[in-house]
Amino acid sequence: MNTLLLLPILAPLAAAAFAATVGWRRLSAFVTVLAAGSVLMTAAALGSQIGSGARYGVGHLLRADALTVTMLIVIGTVGTLATWASVGYINAELAHGHTNQRGANLYGVLVPIFLAAMSLAVLANNIGLMWVAIEATTVATAFLVGHRRTRAALEATWKYVVICSVGIALAFLGTVLLYFASLHAGASSGTALNIDVLLAHASQLDPSVTHLAAGLLLLGYGAKAGLVPFHTWLADAHSQSPAPVSALMSGVLLSVAFSALLRVKSVVDLALGTGFLRAGLLIVGLLTLLIAASLLVVQTDFKRMLAYSSMENMGLVAVAAAAGTKLAIAALLLHVLAHGMGKTLVFLAAGQLQAAHDSTAIRDITGVLARSRLIGGAFVVGLAVLLGLPPFAMFASELSISRALAGAHLEWALGAALLLVVISFAALVRNGSRMLLGPPDPGAPTIAVPRSVAGALVTGVTLSVALGLTAGPLTELFRTAATMLGATP
Amino acid sequence: MTQATYTGVLDLAAGAFLLAAVLVVWRRELRALVRMLAWQGAALATIPLTVGIYQADAALIVVGVVVLLLRAVVLPLLLARAVGTEDHERRESTPLVNTTTSLLITAGLTVLAYAVTRPIIALDPSPATRAVPAAFAVILIAVFVMVSRRRALSQAVGFMMLDNGIAATAFLITSGVPLIVELGASLDVLFAVLVLGLLTGQMRRTFGGTDLDQLRELRD
Repeated sequence: MNTLLLLPILAPLAAAAFAATVGWRRLSAFVTVLAAGSVLMTAAALGSQIGSGARYGVGHLLRADALTVTMLIVIGTVGTLATWASVGYINAELAHGHTNQRGANLYGVLVPIFLAAMSLAVLANNIGLMWVAIEATTVATAFLVGHRRTRAALEATWKYVVICSVGIALAFLGTVLLYFASLHAGASSGTALNIDVLLAHASQLDPSVTHLAAGLLLLGYGAKAGLVPFHTWLADAHSQSPAPVSALMSGVLLSVAFSALLRVKSVVDLALGTGFLRAGLLIVGLLTLLIAASLLVVQTDFKRMLAYSSMENMGLVAVAAAAGTKLAIAALLLHVLAHGMGKTLVFLAAGQLQAAHDSTAIRDITGVLARSRLIGGAFVVGLAVLLGLPPFAMFASELSISRALAGAHLEWALGAALLLVVISFAALVRNGSRMLLGPPDPGAPTIAVPRSVAGALVTGVTLSVALGLTAGPLTELFRTAATMLGATP
Repeated sequence: MTQATYTGVLDLAAGAFLLAAVLVVWRRELRALVRMLAWQGAALATIPLTVGIYQADAALIVVGVVVLLLRAVVLPLLLARAVGTEDHERRESTPLVNTTTSLLITAGLTVLAYAVTRPIIALDPSPATRAVPAAFAVILIAVFVMVSRRRALSQAVGFMMLDNGIAATAFLITSGVPLIVELGASLDVLFAVLVLGLLTGQMRRTFGGTDLDQLRELRD
């Protein structure tokens, strides 16, 4: 078990060490792709072994259960596609002089470290260790956001590091308070932060200290998940990062941070009842949806548009978590996976558009479908996934979330969320069609598609279609995760 | 160490800890801010050292020594290196909130800290826990410093104060978090401050200064 639990952390770290020794080359880039792929393989192996229980390793520091496997699948899938596309993307950046060999070397080392930190975050049984891993993602991605070293990139990096560090510091204070409550509930000092121990002692946790802790944890991990009030870093960071990093941050990092909240929620719900975090998640989720929808309507930059679409989806996921039923949690996990794939497609396609036009303004780009069938097609498929159109998986997940909200007697929240989702839908369709359709400008530059980007896009489209047609064994996995998280039936 | 000395030393450390935060609000000279931060780090390290000696807990004493090295020496040195050499770079620019108002707000935040921490003290009314309002006050003051200052370095100082406040809370209410978490968290903070220091340097090269008001290119 130890080997399986450590592999998703050690494989990317080994890839980082290799990249650090030989620098950015085709070989080191493909070793990273292999490491990301091994995360996905491990997820599959773990999934076949754990059943409905949890397995522990390294002296109960690590844990694998259905939620871990789900998140490892998201990390592995998006990680493989994004690192694969990185090969062509970074080589093109080098060719255009947007970065130099040193920048590329740094990129090659930091991306696998980022993957390892996310794997650790979802594998940690100790919620203190989980916090350490999530803060480590901030440190690892700081210089990835500032990769281009322009004024705008520097500004985005500063805001990202400061806002996320403060947010996540609040989560640490919440963790300390939970530790304090757990010690007073009779847990022993070495294990008081372990998820299994916290769950076992949940009913004896002091309610007023736990209230304080839960509020801080919601704000803190919410910051990293792109939820209000610490959401302001998100659009800046996602629009300045290199496209594969945007895909990883938007498609994986946000949901990894949210999975930390789900872990915390399972403990807090047992200690305080479901009411407290339900109210908190509803407020935060609906406000996030509101801000995302209003900024999507006025957006003129396509990378920022995609960033706000991520916020919209995280808001919806928070509302689904508030409903808290088995149906809702299983649906939100499917939503997270489908969103990760869809966002990877659009961000990777957007990266090639940015490279071709040297601009991220929507008005600079027209007729993409007529100019490049691959980039246009991938953008269309990605957008269709994100819009929740059938046959893609978000159609099913959004339908289930709606049913779950109605079932949990949250009709008003359902109404508000639906309205905001429809507004976002309209904004995405309008901006998307402006870029994709129409005749191409005669002077428009050719959209280059490096082979590795093409490979990642075709694979991503295939996977998105496959997930839409059938979730297969994943349906059972999501249900198991929901039950394990203490979802009400 | 007797119970009375123990309580006395803890209260003194917590008081010095809070005082350093108030002085950070008061001063404008960036080098002075970093010096205050070093003193605050030393006051913070006194807490685990005292508790460790009182409870004869060797591991906690070791943690205290590490905290002293990291927060009173290494991190302030890293920040001091990031202070610019030009004159206009060495002082905080005209603050958003003037000093008198800032100090009044600080007092208000301290009172708020006492109110917020009541459930914590109610759960465990030991001498160490009774000092926890000081740590919470530092957390609140740190957030205030971060939103009211306009230099990159002042924000970094605010972030470190926030972190000191959280570490102090952990030492006071639970004698510190488990060792692996403490190590990981310290490493993260070290890297975060390193990153902030490097970014300050890049900002000075790119913008010709570290005034955060220049960061207004990205907006909707």
